[in-house]
Amino acid sequence: MLHIKCPYCGMRSQNEFSYGGDASVKRPELNKEISDEEWDNFVYNRKSPRGKHLELWQHLSGCRQWIKVERDTATHEIFNTYKADEEIS
Amino acid sequence: MQKYSIFNLVKNAFSNHENWDLAWKDPTPKEEYDVVIIGGGGHGLATAYYLAKEHNITKVAIIEKGWIGGGNVGRNTTIIRSNYMHDENALFSEFGMDLWRKMSQDLNYNVMFSPRGIINLAHSDAQMNAYARRGNSMRLNGIDAVLLNREQVKEIIPMADFSENVRFPIFGGLMQPSAGTARHDAVAWGYARQADSMGVDIIQNCEVTGFDVTAGKINGIRTSRGNIKTKKVGLCVAGSTNILAEKLNMTLPIETHLLQACVSEPVKPILDRVVTFGAGHFYISQSDKGEMVMGGDLDGYNSYAQRGNLPTLQHVLTEGIAMMPFLSKLKMLRTWGGIMDMSMDGSPIIDKTHIDGLYLNCGWCYGGFKATPASGWTFAHTIAQNRVHELNAGFSLNRFSTGHLIDEKGLGTKTWIS
Repeated sequence: MLHIKCPYCGMRSQNEFSYGGDASVKRPELNKEISDEEWDNFVYNRKSPRGKHLELWQHLSGCRQWIKVERDTATHEIFNTYKADEEIS
Repeated sequence: MQKYSIFNLVKNAFSNHENWDLAWKDPTPKEEYDVVIIGGGGHGLATAYYLAKEHNITKVAIIEKGWIGGGNVGRNTTIIRSNYMHDENALFSEFGMDLWRKMSQDLNYNVMFSPRGIINLAHSDAQMNAYARRGNSMRLNGIDAVLLNREQVKEIIPMADFSENVRFPIFGGLMQPSAGTARHDAVAWGYARQADSMGVDIIQNCEVTGFDVTAGKINGIRTSRGNIKTKKVGLCVAGSTNILAEKLNMTLPIETHLLQACVSEPVKPILDRVVTFGAGHFYISQSDKGEMVMGGDLDGYNSYAQRGNLPTLQHVLTEGIAMMPFLSKLKMLRTWGGIMDMSMDGSPIIDKTHIDGLYLNCGWCYGGFKATPASGWTFAHTIAQNRVHELNAGFSLNRFSTGHLIDEKGLGTKTWIS
């Protein structure tokens, strides 16, 4: 069982959350000229690293906020959690 | 190579079975090969076998980080089927069914192929309609499919819950009678033994650390046991695809996720089919040892752990108990996990790449084991001829950018949703 610290509610069990995938993927700017390759990278292509992975989760059975979680995909260690709109250096 | 036969069995009995040949050798890597296959799982071993058998390419090495058959080919639930709706998946899988039927003879190794039939249960009228449509598609592609009503299902699997007041009543099901199971380890060992006998080097405990690519062409690989020169490299590494892709500066439409399976304590024969629950994701069959073999959903987040987490297992087994209540009385014997190469449309990729001499075989999602022979056969063709076969032409890498997706389940790119 993972324990995820929601930035709004505190430490909660994994059962309260649903997964939202890679949080480092950026939607292309719609006002700019966008190549097919950029769309491809946004919609389909994923790095899926072994190790540190920044990902989206939603505290679905809680405050319903989307959050970012920095987790190790091999050990499941969670290093940090952030609000969805928080800029991460 | 010694043939496995009743005569050799008797002959070797006189020497207490101490003089059998090793099933495969343990060679040190040579300096150069015509083809290097990375990944000594079912698909890699099958690819090497068909390269030697169908294309007379025997200067081949299989490079395996651990030991052969230690990954997903030894971690699956052994189900073999071709009950797909889309032509690409259906024709490819049905070609594989033929190879499965001949495999024990072909490999001179008993893979215990047991065509016991698979039943996908339906729990609503809408689902019955969808199954009728899929069954018709299957039959148009020459695959056997039988739509069963509630009474017919009850005759075949009376131990399922047919009571009136259940949340997901059984309306009927779609059966593929020719589907079944096989002994997964034997598949890996059978392919390894034959490939070895034809001259393929199976190199275990050897990790690929990098690739030599110059001017868009592959020239060799770097490994923990030295550099190997080659003009052709085939990647068959399932859940480790993204790790090697990163070394090639490639980003692929693949995510690595964890899938669990489990077996109960062995019990007397009760279930002689493969059955899947239609209102969730759960499948079950009974092994020859009597264990109930069960599996279901992914753990639900990117994972390379090769071991599972309890919430998913609880969820999956809750579905199992809803379908077959007697399961609640069984003790769990073992649980384990494997890492899946989940593609963004749920269908595999067997293709050339933008790097000359680099071939890609990945994206098997939940269905890698049953695809083993067809995947090896078509991948060997793709590597040997440097062009895709019509059977794997649809499994292209660029289908994601051209929009020719093969989205069998209609799930889209959220691979963790099942």
